[in-house]
Amino acid sequence: MQAAVVVFPGSNCDRDAAVALAEATGRPPYLAWHRDSALPAVDLIVIPGGFAYGDYLRAGAMAARSPVMREVVARAGRGTPILAICNGFQVATEAGLLPGVLMRNADLRFVCRDVHLKVESDKTPFTAHYRPGQVIRIPIAHAEGNYFADAATLAEIEARGQVAFRYCAADGAVTAAANPNGSQHNIAGLFNRARTVLGMMPHPERLADPLLGGSDGKAMFTSLIAALS
Amino acid sequence: MREAAAPEITPEVVAAHGLSPEEYARALQILGREPNLTELGIFSVMWSEHCSYKSSRKWLKRLPTTAPWVICGPGENAGIIDIGDGQAVIFKMESHNHPSFIEPYQGAATGVGGILRDVFTMGARPIANLNALRFGAPEHSKTRHLLAGVVAGIGGYGNCVGVPTVGGECTFHPSFNGNILVNAMTVGLVARDRIFYSAAAGIGNPVVYVGSKTGRDGIHGATMASAEFDERSEEKRPTVQVGDPFTEKLLIEACLELMKTDAIVAIQDMGAAGLTSSSFEMASKGGVGIELDLDCVPARESAMSAYEIMLSESQERMLMVLKPGREAEAAAIFEKWEVDFAVIGHVTDSGRMVLKMAGATVADLPVAPLSAAAPVYDRPFQATPPRPELDCASLALSPDLGPALLALLACPDLAAKRWIWQQYDHMVMADTIQRPGGDAAVVRVHGTEKALALTTDCTPRYCAASPEAGGAQAVAEAWRNLTAVGARPLAITDCLNFGNPERPEIMGQLVGCIEGMREACLALDFPVVSGNVSLYNETNGKAVQPVPGIGAVGLLADCRRMASLGLKQPGMRLLLIGDTAGHLGQSLYLREILGREEGPPPPVNLAAERRNGDFVRAAIARGEIDTCHDLADGGLLVALAEMCLAGGIGARIARPAADQASAAAIPAAAWAFGEDQGRYLVALPEDLAASFLASAAAAGVPAASLGRSGGEDLTLEGSFTISVAELGAANEGWLPAYMAQP
Repeated sequence: MQAAVVVFPGSNCDRDAAVALAEATGRPPYLAWHRDSALPAVDLIVIPGGFAYGDYLRAGAMAARSPVMREVVARAGRGTPILAICNGFQVATEAGLLPGVLMRNADLRFVCRDVHLKVESDKTPFTAHYRPGQVIRIPIAHAEGNYFADAATLAEIEARGQVAFRYCAADGAVTAAANPNGSQHNIAGLFNRARTVLGMMPHPERLADPLLGGSDGKAMFTSLIAALS
Repeated sequence: MREAAAPEITPEVVAAHGLSPEEYARALQILGREPNLTELGIFSVMWSEHCSYKSSRKWLKRLPTTAPWVICGPGENAGIIDIGDGQAVIFKMESHNHPSFIEPYQGAATGVGGILRDVFTMGARPIANLNALRFGAPEHSKTRHLLAGVVAGIGGYGNCVGVPTVGGECTFHPSFNGNILVNAMTVGLVARDRIFYSAAAGIGNPVVYVGSKTGRDGIHGATMASAEFDERSEEKRPTVQVGDPFTEKLLIEACLELMKTDAIVAIQDMGAAGLTSSSFEMASKGGVGIELDLDCVPARESAMSAYEIMLSESQERMLMVLKPGREAEAAAIFEKWEVDFAVIGHVTDSGRMVLKMAGATVADLPVAPLSAAAPVYDRPFQATPPRPELDCASLALSPDLGPALLALLACPDLAAKRWIWQQYDHMVMADTIQRPGGDAAVVRVHGTEKALALTTDCTPRYCAASPEAGGAQAVAEAWRNLTAVGARPLAITDCLNFGNPERPEIMGQLVGCIEGMREACLALDFPVVSGNVSLYNETNGKAVQPVPGIGAVGLLADCRRMASLGLKQPGMRLLLIGDTAGHLGQSLYLREILGREEGPPPPVNLAAERRNGDFVRAAIARGEIDTCHDLADGGLLVALAEMCLAGGIGARIARPAADQASAAAIPAAAWAFGEDQGRYLVALPEDLAASFLASAAAAGVPAASLGRSGGEDLTLEGSFTISVAELGAANEGWLPAYMAQP
């Protein structure tokens, strides 16, 4: 499997994503610079975490209009899987790859900690190696992860089974107390309709190595390899 | 000579620039004429306490700065130590106290930005940030606002730049009501053969400016940092700079990319005193002159004067000397990262700093006398009188230890600081293998099995009571914290925060703390490789407690042989390493439970410290123990409670019988909460305990069995049983509840 990682000047999880991908696939990902308007043939595109252009405007708003994102959107339209993590999720919603927006966290503070996630489906290339209903532990680190969509959109997302992960307690209960940022329906990760684009605020690349305190993120990368190789 | 709207240099103008009449006389003598305003401004910042260390220089020389693993000690932007395999670590801690009090978010943010630049200017990629924060009393009207702003500022900057903020400390005391302390530390990693220094060289070589444009912000920040506060200090808000972490990120990447080539001769960040300080530093270190054309400096605003350009403290800027003919190659890299790049001058053989604007010379100063011959003062000092010993018999020591333990765990200094460090991205770069909340943070050296242990330490109340003991204790505690995770302590950076050095009692604190630090550094082979001095931390004549903050770096050869404080499984034997004398003077128990700040601080026996620490570290390296915690604030029971909380497992202990025999000498509360130094709590499998105790005895290391881990409660036999959940509620509750108040 050949992956590409998009690199904006303010990306700061690009290396972490590249390390996790290289570890899983055995080959380094292609690094796509933000000014690139063309990409080589790849099986997966990762939009990593960070602060693409500083995000002094709405997070991801400028990045969504960058040359590389025009090509990423085109590839997504042709079915290339896109994994959009944290700032990548923000960029993906701004670029129209995913519905809804990510607002400031409900308590207005940046939050960095492990959270528990409930896996909603294993019928996707991203989550095949998890079990539906499985509780996994993955860190978040963001100030704008508060997922919002209007009522009609939210109903459609739920009806089509587009929610990938929900914030939950250690026992899997989806509660308000387990929601770190005020996201509607505790949404932590979201698919597009075709389930070829996954946007998620948690960072699977940060817990894919037991020395870092856990490896629940690793199954996402092995899922992708199994699906795309 | 031309100076736009040149005002007359009156004694008032000189005084407003913070120069004493004697210093101005010296300037006249060096120059052989009256300076113009631009030149006066340059003298003012170069000779400010902040830039010249004029009050502390004499004493800083007392600190040991060498060891076989030290590559570069104090004097450069940051210190450098060897960690083997062709790799080196560059680190420094710096204060941003005054700006953070006036404008907490930007003051703290730009403090982080500045210390990052000190490290990457030498070629290192920053891999970790830490910070040490001192606030006033929680009930003081400004404390909550300052804490919220400082934490948001540190997070706002570090999170965006993408360097994990992995550790630090935060304590409270009324002496900081009018002067908070914000000390930030950056640690970077570099290949030994890719280190960059600041000495300009090569007559005719281009001098290049990169980074943000220069604006009118932060003019005279260095001078502000060198004066006391009063009621009107808030009017100085415009001297606080505004940070742009995105540009800093671009600057880091662009500089590190250029550093992969051999185009750079010298490089220096523009910190306090901006272009003045950086250009003089580079010229002075290289023994050369520099000529700058100020019309070429990228400016954010139009019609800036030479004075404003030279004294601006706009952030995210660097100055470089390039090899001739390499400008285009360098410019292309900065264009890629969309950061300004401008050739603004060249290196000369004149030994003078010549500034031109619109074709005219606007300043012409000799470099060496200004930077190297800055004033050095041997200020009078008065030693801090020793505090009388505490008479334990006079204390109403309650034998009821459980309530005291809960109260201590919930007191502001010991309460969990999760509310703070969860606002910092402490995991970005995916190498943080011990997160905040432990004795030391541990960051893996990317792509290797090695790891760095990092900590910041100081106990201000000890330093106030006895500067010597407090200075030694700060160094020893840092050493102990690194040891407790299994790291070999390598070196420290110091950030010395004191009041007005023109007062002999404050100078006495400075001299005493440095003396204590010196003793500990020598005894522990723990040299000082970089540092910063922040004086005049006082408002209306009320000084802060003396805070010689220590930032320390240690090395783990194999990050799988590492200890952490959390109890990992039930049934482990708990052993106390080190001597317990029940010292309650200046303890948190005395202050928080009995409401008294009295007595001398605990003595630091450096020989015992070293013996005990070396023994513990060796046991961790052999894989015998993976659970260890140093005993510090709050003493034995607080340390044990912290181990239970971190692991989510209870423990059952009893006071050793041999110890109880001498119970007349040590009351229960003193045994439980005394802050005797050089101690650790370790947990190890039952079957290893006997041999561990035997080898401790053979090494002359005091070790005593206390009990075992297990269950959901912490029990001290014959005294109390408290659930781990209740301990956690006490420890975790205070800070979030405090910050949630309106």
